[in-house]
Amino acid sequence: MERKIRVLVAKPGLDGHDRGAKVIARALRNAGMEVIYTGLQQTPQMIVEAALQEDVDVIGLSILSGAHMTLLPKVMQLLREQGMTDVLVVAGGIISDEDAEILKREHGIAEVFGPGSSTQAIIDFIRSNVQLTRG
Amino acid sequence: MSEHELVTRLRNGERRALARAISLVEHGGPVARAVMAAAYPYAQAHRVGITGPPGAGKSTLVTALAQEWRRRGVPVGIVAVDPSSPFSGGAVLGDRIRMQALGGDPGVFIRSMASRGRMGGLARATADAVTLIAAAGFPIVIIETVGAGQDEVDIAQTADTTIVVEVPGMGDDVQSIKAGMLEIADIFVVNKADRPGVDQTVRQLRTMLQLGGASADGWSPPVLTAVATTGEGCAQIVDAVEHHRQHLVRDGVHAGRTRLLAERELVAAVQELILERLRGQRWEELVSEIASRRRDPYAAASELLDG
Repeated sequence: MERKIRVLVAKPGLDGHDRGAKVIARALRNAGMEVIYTGLQQTPQMIVEAALQEDVDVIGLSILSGAHMTLLPKVMQLLREQGMTDVLVVAGGIISDEDAEILKREHGIAEVFGPGSSTQAIIDFIRSNVQLTRG
Repeated sequence: MSEHELVTRLRNGERRALARAISLVEHGGPVARAVMAAAYPYAQAHRVGITGPPGAGKSTLVTALAQEWRRRGVPVGIVAVDPSSPFSGGAVLGDRIRMQALGGDPGVFIRSMASRGRMGGLARATADAVTLIAAAGFPIVIIETVGAGQDEVDIAQTADTTIVVEVPGMGDDVQSIKAGMLEIADIFVVNKADRPGVDQTVRQLRTMLQLGGASADGWSPPVLTAVATTGEGCAQIVDAVEHHRQHLVRDGVHAGRTRLLAERELVAAVQELILERLRGQRWEELVSEIASRRRDPYAAASELLDG
């Protein structure tokens, strides 16, 4: 049996706009992945603890509140503290190109998908970058 | 890392080792069996199954019950099972949305599992995950399933205490519990008890239970009410689980039930091992022959088993 890709889809921060996260969750499910959806208003601690318990391969963070430069680096720092550096982290939402560059270069976010990204592009990115041989 | 080392770390309370071990047993195969062999002797927990129709408030009730056990100082593990899509094999597992109140408590471990459409293997994978969480030192492990099919009844029966959740207004004859749910319940909970029709639902359940006669092991399932969103009634449910546990031990029922569960586990393991050995090219050919009615399934099974 092939190993299923497990993905945590979470919304850090205080905005209540989860349509995008739900569309992504559904698209990933339809691509055969197991998606754990945690709902709104997650703290970085809650997200990392859920990712740890669920032993996910991928974390997808949706954020539209503008607080991404605070919350996303915090998630990455907590993942490093837990030794979970092999988890692929992608982000989506209203994130400027400059911020996206910093998040990728300095904080280890693998990719940032802005408005208008196709779900197929996200699926393809996850499939080609996920590490299913995590030790 | 060896399977033994993984299990040692899991028993020392390393949550990541537990999470990884569950992934391994979920995947099945020889590695899974090595992990299980190492963990099995240490799994001592009271297993509480919670099932009921979709929308009955199971996840919310699980959360409220876990909070009640936490108030009493008892660590709680939770396994929440949701169905996989039969088309893509993927799944959206959303039980954690309702369980946010448990976040950040090191005395709680939650794992979501997809049914993955395995043929009869869901109960096995779930039971194994429960065994690992128990081996990690959680004295109570709650298993939450959608009460929609045979697999879910099987899972409920891997529990020591099974709670069936109902809500008021599900139809005149409590339609949703017809499919065997009445027989597997050790405790009934009518959730959303702040809605109209509670008394009627409770009355109907009690009547149906009386019609069924006394249970073989001398336990009469209580019918309790709860409002899971506020926690109302949850202390009584936890008390009832405790009474049932004492009943199992005191009245010598436990040995019989433990044996029953043990045999079920053995059957599941035998099934899995046999299927793993028999699947192959000839298996696929036989499936095609059965599909086109050139051969019947019993003849095909005999050929596979007798060589």
